[in-house]
Order: sequence, then C-alpha cells, then structure tokens
Amino acid sequence: MKLRMIRRDAASRMAMFGAPVLALLLTCLTSLILFAALGIPAGKALHALLLKPFLSWYSFAEILLKMAPLLLIAQGLAIGFRANVFNIGAEGQFIIGAICASAFPVYYPEGNFPAMLPAMILAGGLGGMAYASIAAGLRTRFGASEILVTLMLSLIAVQILNYLLLGPWKDPRGFNFPQSVRFPENAQLPLLFENVRPNVSLLFALIGSLFAYLMMERHFRGYQLRTAGLAPKAALYAGFSAPRMIWLSLALGGIAAGIAGASEVAGPLGQLQRSVSSGYGYAAIIVAYVGGLRPLGIIASSFLISVLYIGGDSATVSAGLPVAAVEVFQGMLLAFYLLTFTLIRFRLQIERGVPA
Amino acid sequence: MKKPALLTLSGVSKRYGKVQANNAIDLEVHSGSIHAVLGENGAGKSTLMKLIYGVERPDEGTIVWNGTPVSFNRPSDAQALGIGMVFQHFSLFETLNVVQNVSLMIPGRQQDLARKITDLGEKFGLTVDPHAMVHTLSVGERQRVEIIRCLLLDPKLLILDEPTSVLPPQSVQLLFETLRKLQAAGTAILFISHKLEEIRALCDEATVLRGGAVTGRVDPRAQDARALAQMMIGHEMPKVDAARAVTPGSVRLALKGLSHPRASRFGTTLTDINLDLRAGQIIGIAGISGNGQQELAALISGETRAQRKDMVQIMGQNAGLLDAQKRRQLGFSFVPEERLGRGAVPEMSLADNSLLTGHRQGMLKGGFIKRQVERDYTRRCIEDFDVRTPGPDAEAGAMSGGNLQKFILGREIMLNPDVMLVSQPTWGVDIGAATAIRRRLVEMRAQGAAILVISEELEELFEICDSLHVLHEGRLSKALSVADTSAEEVGAYMIGASE
Repeated sequence: MKLRMIRRDAASRMAMFGAPVLALLLTCLTSLILFAALGIPAGKALHALLLKPFLSWYSFAEILLKMAPLLLIAQGLAIGFRANVFNIGAEGQFIIGAICASAFPVYYPEGNFPAMLPAMILAGGLGGMAYASIAAGLRTRFGASEILVTLMLSLIAVQILNYLLLGPWKDPRGFNFPQSVRFPENAQLPLLFENVRPNVSLLFALIGSLFAYLMMERHFRGYQLRTAGLAPKAALYAGFSAPRMIWLSLALGGIAAGIAGASEVAGPLGQLQRSVSSGYGYAAIIVAYVGGLRPLGIIASSFLISVLYIGGDSATVSAGLPVAAVEVFQGMLLAFYLLTFTLIRFRLQIERGVPA
Repeated sequence: MKKPALLTLSGVSKRYGKVQANNAIDLEVHSGSIHAVLGENGAGKSTLMKLIYGVERPDEGTIVWNGTPVSFNRPSDAQALGIGMVFQHFSLFETLNVVQNVSLMIPGRQQDLARKITDLGEKFGLTVDPHAMVHTLSVGERQRVEIIRCLLLDPKLLILDEPTSVLPPQSVQLLFETLRKLQAAGTAILFISHKLEEIRALCDEATVLRGGAVTGRVDPRAQDARALAQMMIGHEMPKVDAARAVTPGSVRLALKGLSHPRASRFGTTLTDINLDLRAGQIIGIAGISGNGQQELAALISGETRAQRKDMVQIMGQNAGLLDAQKRRQLGFSFVPEERLGRGAVPEMSLADNSLLTGHRQGMLKGGFIKRQVERDYTRRCIEDFDVRTPGPDAEAGAMSGGNLQKFILGREIMLNPDVMLVSQPTWGVDIGAATAIRRRLVEMRAQGAAILVISEELEELFEICDSLHVLHEGRLSKALSVADTSAEEVGAYMIGASE
C-alpha cells in the first residue's frame, strides 16, 4: 500500500477553508497530549487558551488591541512573501517606525507641534520604509539575501533603540529608567471605545487590508508580484522588472511595519520604551502564512493569533501553563497549517499494490 | 510459429487518476528482434516501458519473463533479470568523466571498466573516450555512454525511449548500425518511437498504441508509412500546405554580430551571429539542443540583455538593451520552449495566464484588471486554437503539454505580432496538434508576419521554413534555402563537419 499525492485540477476551495480548521484541531489534539505530559489538566488549559478570551468585554478588547499591529504588519509582509521576497525583519522596521514617530513628542514634549499625530504616523511609515529599503538596495545591487539582511537589521534596530533610551532620549525625570518622556495628549491615538484600549490603529490595519486586497487581487501590480513569486522565469519572460518587485515588496512591508510601530508608541505605550520590541514583527510572519498570504485570510488569522496571545497569557496565570508551552502551541499551529496546506493543491490517494 | 517469447505482457493496465494510460495491453518480444512500440505522445508508450522496467507497477495483468511470471518492485529487479533501459533524458553527471559515471552503476575497478568500455565500443560501434568529461561530449556520445552502461550489465532486453529524437541524421545511422549488431548478437530491443520511417528501416516487429490501447501488431517492413500512421493516429498523416508565395518585405528582426559569453560552465557562448528576418518569411534555426538555442532565444526575447543595443534590432530599432516587455511593445512576441513556469504560470488560471503578455489588449483600466476582457480573450483563444480544457478558469499546470502549447501559441498570435520567435513549437505535442500549430505559423506568414522558428525537428523546419540556419556550438551557419538543401547537408552543419 502506498500513499500518493495527486495534483488537483484546480485549488480546492473546501480545503482552503478546511485546512486552517484541521490544523487547529490537530494542534489542540497534540497539545492535549503535551499538557497531559506536563501534568496540567488539558480541559482547563484549553479553556484558558481558547475560550477565556471571549468571556469578558475587556479581554475581547485586548484581542483587538493585539490584532491591530499583527494585521497591519502581516498584510505588508504577505505582499512580499507572495513575490518571493522574504522580509523577515519587520521587527526592525517596526522599531525604527516607533523611533521616528517618537522624535516628535520627544522634541516637543509640550505637544506644541501642529498636526502632531499625522506627522508621527507619517514619520513612522517613512522610517520603516527607509529601513527596509536598505535590504532592497543590497539585494538589487549586490545580490545580498534579503532574509539575512532584514534579520540582522532588526538586531541593529534594537541597539539603536537602546542607545536612544539610555542616552539622548532618556526621560530626565524618569528615575533613570530606559524610556522616553510620557507623550503629550495630542501625541496619543484616539481610542475606539470607552474604558478599553483598542485605538484607531485597528482602522489603519483594516484600511491596509483593503489596500492589500485591491492591489494583490484586483490590480496588475499585484499580479506582477504574484507572478514573480510563483514563476520567476515567467515574470522575466513577460518583462516584469525583478528589481522593481523587490523594492516595492520591501517598501510596502516597511511602511506597514513602521506605521504599526508608530501606532504602538502613540497607542498603548504612550512613550518609547524598550518593550516596544515585543515580537510583533516575527509573529506577523506566522500570521501572514496562517492566513494563506491572502488579505482576507490574514484578517482571520491575525484575530486567531491574537486570541492565542491573550489566551496564552491567561493560561499561564490561571492554568499554570509554562510560557514555553504557549509558544509550542503557537509553533505547532503554524507547522500543522503548512502541512495541511498541501491538501489545497494535492489530494491523497491510497494505492494498493497488485499481488504478483 | 516462432520460438517462445522472451517477454510477454498480457492484459496489462495502468491508470493515473482519471487517465487510463495503458488499457489491457498484450505484447510479445523475442530474442534477436528489434521490436518497435509506436505511438503518439500520450499514447502510453512511456508508461508501458516504466511497467516493464519496474519503475511503476501495473494495476492489472501479468508480465512473463522467459516463461516465468514476474513482478518488479523497482528497476533493479528488472536489471537483475537482464532488462536495461536508455531513457530519453540522460542520467549522466556532467562533472564526472565517462568511467566515473559508469562505475556509479557497475561494480569493478575503473581501469577494468575503461577497458571494457573500449572493447564494447569497438564491438558495437560505440566509440567513446572512457576518460572524457561528460560535459565535453556531444549528445550522440552521451547516448553511447548510456547504452554502454546498459550493455555492461549484459542485458537480454534493451529498451530505448525515443533514442533518435536528440540525434542529428548522421548519428541516427550510426545508432542503427549498433542496434543491428546487438540484434545479431541475440539481444532483444524495444525501440520506442513516433517516427514512422525509422521504424520501417530498423524494426522487424511493431506494436502500435493509441490512447493507451494496442491498435495494431504488424511487421513494419511490410507496411507503408500511411498504413502505420492510420493505426497510430486513426487517420492519415495530416500535411501542412505550405503555400510559399509571399514576397519577403522589410527586415523585421536583425541580429548584427551578436556575441554573448556563456553564463555558466554548462552554457554556450554565442559567437558573431548574423541574421535578417523579413516580413512574410519563416526562417528556421536547426541544430541539436544545447548548442546555444536557449541562450539565443533569451537574447532575442529580452530575457537576457545583449552587450550592445544594436546587436538585436526589432522593427528597425535597436533593442539589445530593452527588457522583454519593451520588445513586445515594438511588435515582438515569443513562444518559449518551456511552457510551465516560463510561458505560463502553472498555479494560475488560463485567464490569468492571458494577462501575462496580453495585458495591453485592453485588459487593464487604471492598472486594475478587467476580468471580463481577460476571460473573453481567453475564451476566444481556447476556441480559435482548439485548446481542450474545461474553460478559462482551469489551471495551466493541470493541462497536457500539447494543449498548453496551443494556448500559449494562440495567446502570442492573438497579440498580432509583426515578428515572432517560436522555440521548439511541437516538443511533446501530438501529431494533430503539431500540424495545427504549423498551419497557424504558415497562415501568419501569409498575412505578412516574420517568424523565426528554433526547432530540433528537421522535418518540421523543412515543412514550413523558407530558409534555415544551423546553430552549432554557438555559431550560426550561413542561410540554407530549404528548396536547395538536404537533410544530409543540414546534418553536416549540425555536427560541425561542414565549416
């Protein structure tokens, strides 16, 4: 008996929706075993991980707060991923975006700067774009792998952040903590609802999603990017400029991450701190892939991953789950998703051997 | 009436998904016989050979070897019984020499092997230097290495899959002499081909396949080509009516001293190529693949930029430094030899593949894709070029090679090009589709288009071209008028004997 993978005539719609569900089920099953091995009541752990986030308005709002940067960054990254441009340094672009945005409130701590918020968001986006463009330049000019360059630039970004917070931008009245001044009122994004933390950055993310959808699914530019990713030789054959695809992919990814970074300091943090680098840029890679790199899928996956974040927090507190177990859960989800993803294009056929 | 068969297949069937590749096939092969398996692309020849050689297992039916039923799980089982196979695509390591390649499969010291290779070479006319690096060998020599490698295992049955498709005419004759010597030595040979004349010249038995089933079992020497074609394709061999009445017009494509260094060790350097292609002309470029065909095509299409802008001129303009899209805007279109991944994106629908080069045919508005125009264009292409597919939403990767080629050719022709480059137009395409494709090209010439065809199939070039050049080791021969030249003369240029 042999298991064969047979290519489907067209991508299966059912598998497209079924794959994430199957992946989630497999992840839950495997973690049941894992949690049992850790001696943690599995029911309690899963309840905390998956259900609890929905049981209060406050925790649901926290999901939306997490979702905003993840969604925005993932949409930007997915554009590049579909063109085979692997920007895995969104974390760095996020930090640089946060730094650029913070410059305004740091130098105008009284808020005496006109159009403070638009300037911050714009600076964040441009900063992220400029930072990502370094990788584009090195790739197109010298053929340097953007995977390595963007990753290493992230480490540099962290050091720039450290330098600023321990040196020139340190709050003089901050008891020597590595953080900037508290931002003035007009440097903070308006909240969406009373008493809970989600702010208008969620709208930025949704607008970004709409933009990504129109570009990737409806516009010729997105078609060119997709072609470059699926069949680079076909893109060359058609005469689509490969360097332009690389610049565009990295620039858009950088803008999205930069705006997300700006929104983070102008949102829940309210100042520039070292903790601004909390791994959104890396988590967004998972979000992008779990969403099938499709704009609509990414909206769903960013929500799902946010649930897991909030659920993970609650599970460590209420079910005594170690932090590592939460990370394993998230990693498994990605791995299972990539496994089940092949079912979209292939179907399994069991082949029986013929008795001789 | 004859001695017992060496190999007998009864009722052998094999199915891949929805496709019945082999349906209840009976086949008998005798020692000392050259047995042809004749059929079009897609008739099931390759599948049948894979079953015999143990690459695949049949769903139904039995294989009997020397009177004993056998079941092969892997090719080494078949080899152990004395079955050898030379594939259409060679499996040699280019960076190793001949003996090293052979010793990967055959046990023994390299010195002994080298001596055996020389001996076998002398005995069967398979001369090859055992210490030559494989990448320096010609295609014919590489094929000899493959055959020698099989012979060292002392096979009783040798399977050759389309062995002549890669050879120039002179080498084909050498191969035939070798095969006759093997036959005289008592070896049975299964000779897979779709070329009728070759089979009539060489084989003493033939089994004809069509649509996965046997449609005839004959002595090919006693049949004329028409009867064999009838069995193979179900009707007479179609002919392209090449009305050559067009007076050539202005120069549409000119190559002026085009030279280009090879991109890798295994590429070919192009040297001083000159060519003028005029309106209303089809010019062919003959030659064995690997002599610079790919490099030349990419330089003309713009996938590779030339070193100077005047080396490639399209519609009188210097185009050597332009990208593929800019060259298309000058009125150029191109059908590449790789269909999947270059001429078409496998994961995209046919409609989206129309967009690849057809986007300037009103498919865009403000950069946004007009799906309706894209689909109409695709539907027209499917109808006009007889593409067998469920519709514009079918993915390119799921189509057969011939259908996809018809689609790509149709898409490029529908762009109304002034000058077109077609590379290997009928590789792996069945006879019906190949004839349709050639007819289209001839029609385009009648409408005044200028067409350059790069092809390995000499008959094809003779059928449709006005004149042809031969590409050998990156150099282009002078123009040979099709009316005044012969296959032998072209063949001499193909192996570089006529410089």
